[in-house]
Amino acid sequence: MSETTAPAAHGATRAGAPAAGRAASAPRRSLLKPLLAVAFVVLLLLVPFYVEEFWLRTGFAVFGAIVGAIGLNLLVGTTGQLSLAQGFFLAVGAISYVFVSGDSGGIGVAQLKGLGLPPLVGMVVGVLLAGLAGLLFSPIAARLRGIYLGVASLSLVFIGQHVLNSWTSVTGGFNGRAAPDFSLFGFTFANKDPLLFIAGVEFREAERLWYLGLALALAAYVFARNLLRSRPGRALQTLRDSEVAASVMGVNVQRYKGRVFLVSSMYAGLSGVMYALSIGSVAPESFGLEVSIQYLAMIVLGGLGSVGGAALGALFVSALPLVFQRYADVVPFVSSGGQGGLAAGEAARFLYGAAIVLVILFQPAGLAGLGQRFRRRGRDPGGGRATRTSSTSPETTDVPSNRPAGSTS
Amino acid sequence: MTQFLSLLLNGISLGAMYALIALGFVIIFKASEVVSFTQGSLLLLGAYSIARLSEPIGFYPAVLVGILLTALAAFLIERLVINRLRGAPVISLAIVTIGVDIILLTELIRRIGSDILNVPHPWGSESVRIGEVGISQNRLIATGVAGVLIIVFFAAFKYSSWGVAMRASAEDGETAALMGIRLGRVSALAWIVAGALAAVAALFLVGAPTPGVSAAAYTVALRAFPAAILGGLDSTGGALVGGLLIGLAESFAAGYQDQLLFLGRGFGDVVPYVVMIAVLLVRPSGLFGTKELTRV
Repeated sequence: MSETTAPAAHGATRAGAPAAGRAASAPRRSLLKPLLAVAFVVLLLLVPFYVEEFWLRTGFAVFGAIVGAIGLNLLVGTTGQLSLAQGFFLAVGAISYVFVSGDSGGIGVAQLKGLGLPPLVGMVVGVLLAGLAGLLFSPIAARLRGIYLGVASLSLVFIGQHVLNSWTSVTGGFNGRAAPDFSLFGFTFANKDPLLFIAGVEFREAERLWYLGLALALAAYVFARNLLRSRPGRALQTLRDSEVAASVMGVNVQRYKGRVFLVSSMYAGLSGVMYALSIGSVAPESFGLEVSIQYLAMIVLGGLGSVGGAALGALFVSALPLVFQRYADVVPFVSSGGQGGLAAGEAARFLYGAAIVLVILFQPAGLAGLGQRFRRRGRDPGGGRATRTSSTSPETTDVPSNRPAGSTS
Repeated sequence: MTQFLSLLLNGISLGAMYALIALGFVIIFKASEVVSFTQGSLLLLGAYSIARLSEPIGFYPAVLVGILLTALAAFLIERLVINRLRGAPVISLAIVTIGVDIILLTELIRRIGSDILNVPHPWGSESVRIGEVGISQNRLIATGVAGVLIIVFFAAFKYSSWGVAMRASAEDGETAALMGIRLGRVSALAWIVAGALAAVAALFLVGAPTPGVSAAAYTVALRAFPAAILGGLDSTGGALVGGLLIGLAESFAAGYQDQLLFLGRGFGDVVPYVVMIAVLLVRPSGLFGTKELTRV
């Protein structure tokens, strides 16, 4: 990791006092940070004991969104491939889960098919199929550059909508179909089976799902962070900054684009499965263009290229409408329906629409960059692009001319 | 055969309107390097204001005001947002237009609600027959107006000083600026023209055989995206061809729906996207787009 190697190297070449001081202070910080992280996770683990069901359900929805946003961020933020197809990949994951784990049967006139396999299998298949969809799209994606890709990926959403509406036996058609409860080796993530009390708190569906979501979101976060710090992660960032430079450096451009599509859409698939679990059913309208745009909003707000930022953005965008809905009578300008005020969904959309514009105008590095502005010697959580290198050794910095998230702070 | 001709005619008229919207995309892209996702909500704005104003001030003044309003909105977007981001990466610019689009669209949909606003076109919803082929009067007039507008546009693009300035700045912005071309003004004008074109397209898109202004008009506008892309984002001629192609494809897919039933009902709505992907697979920069060259 660069924060341990880079200052030492600079210290050797430049023998600057600040560099030496930084090297000395490095161990202390590296101890503090994991401690904070552990405390944060413990805090999250304790939440179900104190918090009511609404917040736990919102929390699970947010965890699902975090997974999806991290996935999209790998694609758009890190690699610079604009994609509006997130809604489509979410749908692939969700529908596969529902199809594989759901039972055959009829709802009304629609005759539904289902394989009735264990939910874990459904989840894995959902993730894999979404990945496969991404991989299948990647040859097209690899041929297209920049904005052409963005618009081409738009088409996936619309074609996906069409398939969702037409392929009734699998998707349930226009009305959608119910999602089976998740279970893991006989332990069901529902209100019973088995009844569970821990420290006097009854563990119902919401509490159980909270832990499932937390585990998945943490895994997604750690995997993405490690990926970005690894060799492939560096390759992806180079790809964003300049494809030519990347290929000169020996990065196989087409192959890496394919892989990042694979990984990103697998993330989306998992997020889709979590979405199905959180809502309890899937319907075509849940995977429209608006969803893709919401995910884009998340990563832009969080800061393109930053994993932690994506998580923050996901929290903001996905929890906002739910919270507005809940506190409609408290929040100004928002009404529960009808009389003049904004509906909760509308208020949320206004807010994040405006937030996108403001972030791009005034703070292109997003929430992650905002954090960095205050934490002066902070390190970019996305890929360890050390912001301080620009001040200490201008000759080693990569040119930030056309990267989406500039390290300007 | 009659059905074929009728679909052909309807496809051309639909394509003409797509071409108008696509032209908007293309000139905005040429002038300011922005892929504008706001076009859909601008179109809806045009349709909405025409529908709302024709009751109090009459149809033709309403059309005029609607077009002006939409052009003004586009101008404001350019001045307040896009102009401040000169030189930002293309992706950021696209995303910022998505943000603007969210705001505008949310407000319009909130106002429209689930209603279908009626636009009182003086030519009504009658249809005319040319030989054995029927087409709604609205569509016929649309084709005519779009044709005239397109010719005027191309003439202006070729001969007027604005057109020359625009082509120059698209070719090489820096040199154009050194020659005394005000890039900001060129870009603002491009947005105004694009807004006006979208409003004109809106006027006809919400007429017969479409029932009126509803939130669905937005998705119709989005189908002009494939039109602009498959023609090549930086080619005005491409937008024309792309618009016609998409219009024809949609019209035929909808008309021969019964023969295409294995693809699901309503396949006509997604056919523009299928066509776009097919074209992009063969020609990644569209039919007439400039190939991106990489120089090291």
